Amino acid sequence: MTHYPYPLKAKFWTPGVLVLLALMAAGAIAAVARFTGGIGYVSNLSTARPWGLWIGVDVASGVALAAGGFTTAFVAHVAGRHTFEPVVRPALLTAMLGYTFVVIGLLVDIGRSWAIWKPMVYWNFNSVLFEVAMCVMFYLNVLYIEFIPIVVERFKGRVDLPGLLSSLNRPIDALLGLADRILPKIMWVFLIAGVVLSCMHQSSLGSLMLVAPTKVHPLWYTPILPLLFLTSAIAVGYPMVVFETTLATSSLKLDGEMQVLGPLTRFTIYLLGLYMALKIGDMVVRGTYVYLLDGTARTNAFLAEMLLGVVVPWLMLLSDHVRRSRRALFIACTFIVGGVLLNRVNVFVVSYQPPVSEASYFPAIGEILITTGLIATLMFLYRFFVTHLPVLSAPAREVSS
Amino acid sequence: MKLDRRGFFKIMGAAAGASLASSPPSADARSLKAPPDAYGCLVDLTRCIGCRKCEEACNRVNELPAPDRSFEDPTVLNTLRRPDERTYTVVNRYFPGKLDSQNQLVPTYVKIQCMHCQDPACASACIVGALTKKANGSVHYDVSKCIGCRYCMVACPFEIPAYEYHDPITPRVMKCTFCFERISKEGGLPGCAEICPVEAITFGKRSTLLSVAKKRIRENPARYIDQIYGETEVGGTSWMYLSGIDFDKLGFINVPDQPTPKLAETIQHTLFSYLWSPIVLFGLLSGIMWTSHKNGQPNDTEKGEDR
Repeated sequence: MTHYPYPLKAKFWTPGVLVLLALMAAGAIAAVARFTGGIGYVSNLSTARPWGLWIGVDVASGVALAAGGFTTAFVAHVAGRHTFEPVVRPALLTAMLGYTFVVIGLLVDIGRSWAIWKPMVYWNFNSVLFEVAMCVMFYLNVLYIEFIPIVVERFKGRVDLPGLLSSLNRPIDALLGLADRILPKIMWVFLIAGVVLSCMHQSSLGSLMLVAPTKVHPLWYTPILPLLFLTSAIAVGYPMVVFETTLATSSLKLDGEMQVLGPLTRFTIYLLGLYMALKIGDMVVRGTYVYLLDGTARTNAFLAEMLLGVVVPWLMLLSDHVRRSRRALFIACTFIVGGVLLNRVNVFVVSYQPPVSEASYFPAIGEILITTGLIATLMFLYRFFVTHLPVLSAPAREVSS
Repeated sequence: MKLDRRGFFKIMGAAAGASLASSPPSADARSLKAPPDAYGCLVDLTRCIGCRKCEEACNRVNELPAPDRSFEDPTVLNTLRRPDERTYTVVNRYFPGKLDSQNQLVPTYVKIQCMHCQDPACASACIVGALTKKANGSVHYDVSKCIGCRYCMVACPFEIPAYEYHDPITPRVMKCTFCFERISKEGGLPGCAEICPVEAITFGKRSTLLSVAKKRIRENPARYIDQIYGETEVGGTSWMYLSGIDFDKLGFINVPDQPTPKLAETIQHTLFSYLWSPIVLFGLLSGIMWTSHKNGQPNDTEKGEDR
């Protein structure tokens, strides 16, 4: 099957983009407040609750929902199922932007943003976070390298910088040419390294909370937490591709690519089914089902995560009808994406019980504005990139009123 | 909310044991990291009179900001406090229910500070190793390495490290230092232990303190309950407590005897020592890729080579 990714000629400044700009501006104001008044000025974080919305959503969910990058790279390039190639580039773009924003989110969350390089020098091999940080750093670079061919394809022989910069045209073009000659020969190393690094830190993100056995609610605290994080990240990869592709093709008035997305979600039945089996089996083995009906907010968050985020969409995907319907498939995949998001928030925030203080936590407006601002910027850049670079290959939809 | 923690830890212990049994022998050798001859402090709650001189001395020797209310103000004790980014130690007053001869409730005072765990979760968690267990027993914080991720605060089972949330650029993790510089000198004492007028805080080698504590319990069984908080908790702590009242009536939390970072470290080292699992996975994936490309149609493997 051949597909031809091309830069879109879509109108850029739509009302939706203006909404994104407003969210970005609000987030920027909150970020200025963060870097002048401190984390305490914009957030509800405390001694008892050191991690909140930023770690739960910007970092943990950001990493999980960027899993489309390595799962599509695996299926199309490593396993050689080339029918799925059309979704590789958009998933790669999402992963690249997602991880970039994980790092930006971390810069906001850590107290000494300027010291973020220090883990490269000071190593603690006992620290799960150290391993996560190293993997994220390497993987982000792998993602940038995987993205270079897209830039090469668009600009090789066509570098035309304006004004004073025009003297750089030839050197840049030479660099692109060099990349074009070398990268195809060694790209397999980066493709596989990307999958390996992803498996490592997706699972280790789950190990992070194992250091606090007395603080994490037993519904979530299990020795197989890293395995659950890995399987859920792999399971959410394709649904996330469906989610973002459907949003993008709707917004940009392109064909829905159902001939790719439908078959892709057939894998999800097995992957999500495996995650569901592990999660329920773990609950049975450890006997934590005793909490299920205690009616607390924590337990209800667990039930929502499992029923709405896993069981319902899994049952939906079993139906051929759902997998052929663009709308139904989008709904099922949205539930799965929301379920993984809720799971990460649950593990890092909801399940966390400070042992002494009865401190409850709800994100402050400043935290929320920074998170929404980051997500809006990510979507803005996605639109910018697909407009100017050959990422999407879906043909324009037939015009119908 | 009440959870059956005891049962829960039993399950966790069994699971950790099972994972240990099946792991390669090199990986399960997680030795206790406690230094052999560490110092500690023994706090005898039956002696403490709640004068808060220790708080004042701590504030002075560590050059912490002046408190909102004077160290002489007795009404401070009317509320239960926690250490924070301006206070390394606080004394709280409890009325566990004992009456004196005039039918008045007898108070028990409890000093709180970093426990200086023998196998500290914060040091295991710290991404850059800014927190370390020193040979003299203190859990030491090196601000020059810290990036401010606050994973130590997530990890600490005693909810001790506080953070300068209102410093935008150079916030620090704040917690009791065990007066690291002072006790590193010959004959040096922590500020609080030095000033205590009733010798409620005894500084010395941890092993010595344990025998002192056991001797006190043995010689005065009516005065003490038969438990030393910190002897075995989370693998033992450098700060230990004697009491005449059940510890859970005095704000002490139930923690497991196993060091809390054990499971996370065991999993991590089992999976990643010598990077064996990433290397195996890399080889496996290379094999899959090679096979699929040999069997598959001649194709556009590399991105950007579509046309």
